[in-house]
Amino acid sequence: MSDRFAARAAAVAEVAAAHAAEVDRDAREPAEAVVALREHGLLGASVPAALGGEGASLRELSGIATALGAACASTGMVFAMHHGQAMTLWRHGGEGAGVRALIERVRDEGALLASSTTERGIGGDARRSSCALERPAPGRVRVVKDSPVVSYAGSADVILITARRDADAAESDQRLLACPIGEILLEPRSEWDTLGLRGTVSRGYLLEAETSESNLLADDYAAISSQTALPVSHVLWASVWLGIAVSAADTARSAVRAQLRGAAAAGPTPSPAALRLAELYAALQAFADAVRHAAERFDALADDRDALGGVSFALAMNAVKVSSADAVVDIVTRALRIVGIAGYRLDSEQSLGRQLRDAHGAAIQISNDRLLANNAALVAMARPEL
Amino acid sequence: MTGAAAREADIAAIRDALGRFGRLSVSAGSVAPETDLYGVGFTSHAAVNVMLALEDAFDIEFPDELLTRATFGSIAALADAVSRTRAAA
Repeated sequence: MSDRFAARAAAVAEVAAAHAAEVDRDAREPAEAVVALREHGLLGASVPAALGGEGASLRELSGIATALGAACASTGMVFAMHHGQAMTLWRHGGEGAGVRALIERVRDEGALLASSTTERGIGGDARRSSCALERPAPGRVRVVKDSPVVSYAGSADVILITARRDADAAESDQRLLACPIGEILLEPRSEWDTLGLRGTVSRGYLLEAETSESNLLADDYAAISSQTALPVSHVLWASVWLGIAVSAADTARSAVRAQLRGAAAAGPTPSPAALRLAELYAALQAFADAVRHAAERFDALADDRDALGGVSFALAMNAVKVSSADAVVDIVTRALRIVGIAGYRLDSEQSLGRQLRDAHGAAIQISNDRLLANNAALVAMARPEL
Repeated sequence: MTGAAAREADIAAIRDALGRFGRLSVSAGSVAPETDLYGVGFTSHAAVNVMLALEDAFDIEFPDELLTRATFGSIAALADAVSRTRAAA
């Protein structure tokens, strides 16, 4: 990770780690870590230099997300989802006064952005909506949405909501509305009691939002999704899952070192556990290289909207998500075999219970199958650029 | 034990670990605290076993930031690393 964020990421990770067990146990939002993220300026890190921010690249955000994910995966996911939305604000928001004011709030106050994309009755596809924008008065927009998943709504300052352009628009003709939390009525519809990533508190809500028209992002959601929201989200989620894998690998390494101590006299033959750790590290390296490469690929193309909107880029960004979601389960499982009973126990310092549960969220919370189905529709049109 | 005596004891344990696992070209007892170990046959592979033996002997785990070539460069550097790790525990 670049030096300008490493120390701050480590400081926030320390706070996140201290509360990770409690956040997981109680399925509550990682409030302490969110405060630390804000205090260290990491929620505003990606605001471009031209708008007075630090202009963190996706590669830099990826490094931060991994450090956070190793400490507390839920905190990492909040960071990842926030920047998936934050990047859309300045890349697609346009010059509207409302959007500009929100960017300043992210930069100056570390305003936390959440999102409501999927919709009940649509089935997990963020690229279709049934709810539509209404115009209750000149300059005002309103939307009512039955949202099965809004993560960390309890901590968010703004929720970005997808909706059809108007009541006559097609399901896929969507806009994105950035609505301050004070202008949304949130009626909880479901709880969040899951196996893992419990601190994301991804509850269902009926949202009723009414705000200024100037909070509508300028670009349509098709462009926002393909050029920014999807690639940034996939890379940053994968970066968090890489962090989960790193933390499990650290535990395995510590166990191997403990086992080898005193057995050093056995001579040059590596122990079976050390061999397994060496294999694990080879897989972890491949995982990390794939994630960082995807981040750098985005950074290299960040201003090339045609390339970002192209089929081969979409294939690659779906692929990194799908393969990372499998890799994290594989690596945590390998680590568990190496650590043995101390990792299997829930009451030991080496327990890998939380990492294993969080790891399984990767393929399920955002369905690998749906992304593979998307890629299945695209593979006939373009071969991947490798 | 005084600070100086404690350091002497640490150095004795480090010499013992080097003698058993260091594969030095000279006797570990004859190596001065400041002598460059890599100059007397020490290698990074041997350093792994010396590290493990020291962690075992002192009941410590070196933090990653101390697992550098410089830490294993001399008996004095190893003694410093042991005392820093112990202080952080």
